[in-house]
Amino acid sequence: MNNFKVLVNGIIKENPTFVLLLGMCPTLGTTSSALNGMSMGLATMCVLILSNFIIALIKKLIPDAVRIPSYIVVIASLVTVLQMVIKAYAPDIDKSLGLFIPLIVVNCIILGRAESFAAKNGPIASIFDGIGIGLGFTLGLTSLGAVRELLGTGSIFGFTLWGESYGMLMFVLAPGAFLVLGYLIVLFNKITKKA
Amino acid sequence: MLVVLTVITIVAAGVLASVNAVTAPQIEKINAENLAAGIKAVMGSDDIQVADPQEIDAFTAYSINDAAGAALGTAVVTTENGFGGPLKVLVGFSTDGDILGYTVLEHAETPGLGAKAGEWFQDKILGMNPGKNNFTVSKDGGEVDAITASTITSRAFLKAIQNAYDKVIAGADVTSGATRPAGKAAVCNGDNGCCKAENSPGCDGDCHCDKDVTACDIETPEVIE
Repeated sequence: MNNFKVLVNGIIKENPTFVLLLGMCPTLGTTSSALNGMSMGLATMCVLILSNFIIALIKKLIPDAVRIPSYIVVIASLVTVLQMVIKAYAPDIDKSLGLFIPLIVVNCIILGRAESFAAKNGPIASIFDGIGIGLGFTLGLTSLGAVRELLGTGSIFGFTLWGESYGMLMFVLAPGAFLVLGYLIVLFNKITKKA
Repeated sequence: MLVVLTVITIVAAGVLASVNAVTAPQIEKINAENLAAGIKAVMGSDDIQVADPQEIDAFTAYSINDAAGAALGTAVVTTENGFGGPLKVLVGFSTDGDILGYTVLEHAETPGLGAKAGEWFQDKILGMNPGKNNFTVSKDGGEVDAITASTITSRAFLKAIQNAYDKVIAGADVTSGATRPAGKAAVCNGDNGCCKAENSPGCDGDCHCDKDVTACDIETPEVIE
């Protein structure tokens, strides 16, 4: 598989949100607005690229029996380092993303890709897989957030279209997340199956 | 394999420790700057002197003077349990206990609902006085409109400010009956001045001022940038 195929694979064929249905907890929890969804997606992508790369580098050193704890240690350390660096040097990003970063540790996409891709492929291909899956996740979360924000509050990316008083509050809350996700999966399958 | 896992864990711990050593002072600096900016915002003035923080029960109070040294009021950090976790609010009181401004420092409220507390109350509670106004949501018979569909957050938010007022602003009066100069209450119960030592002038054993605080040796407030 060449790198471009790996990239596209992550966005469409193995889209983590709509096809693999991985990382549902942050998907449902953080997508109350388009911007929140996009922020979570991008933060996850950063960690995913780095963790895929590092795990692909050290995979030969790790015995099979302890690979999961090793991966978890690597991922958790990466997330913590990222969080400290952002807090210290990019306080503005911290304000918008800060809430989401610790959530990435428990995101099973990261461990899932480490296990199913980085552990079997080279570092460069793993970076591309990280970018692809990361973009796929960002796409999923942004569209889910956009639909919920639009239906729930009548605005999109913070720009008011028809005002909050016409919004359906349910879509901002948890039930709306499940509903919208279900319909988006239907839509995604409809489009990709045809092509 | 035990060795490998141990080595990985040690390396990870080393990386974390060194990154923490580099970033911790920077993070502290940013937090301090945020607090300083927050205090300026809630007091509605840039030209202020902030005294050293006073810990009063669970509250942190900063006595604020203007550039000339006259008392402006008190900024209080207060925490209450909101809908999703602790709701930490910085609120500025004038010397009379009127609310000058507030800012939400930390929260874990629902995005799109309770998370709006940061803006929602800005034009609603400024100028109100928790000692004079009925400082509860209108659903409970009060004078403040709650955030739509976020009554729990609204109640917690108002309670945080009410508690801060009761303990820090009004508290000194209640416990001592002193003729305190308005706005100096926060200084009275803290580490500075008359109440530092048990038998220092103007202080009873329980750290309550029994006379005018101006008689006390209050440390000169620091000027912050």
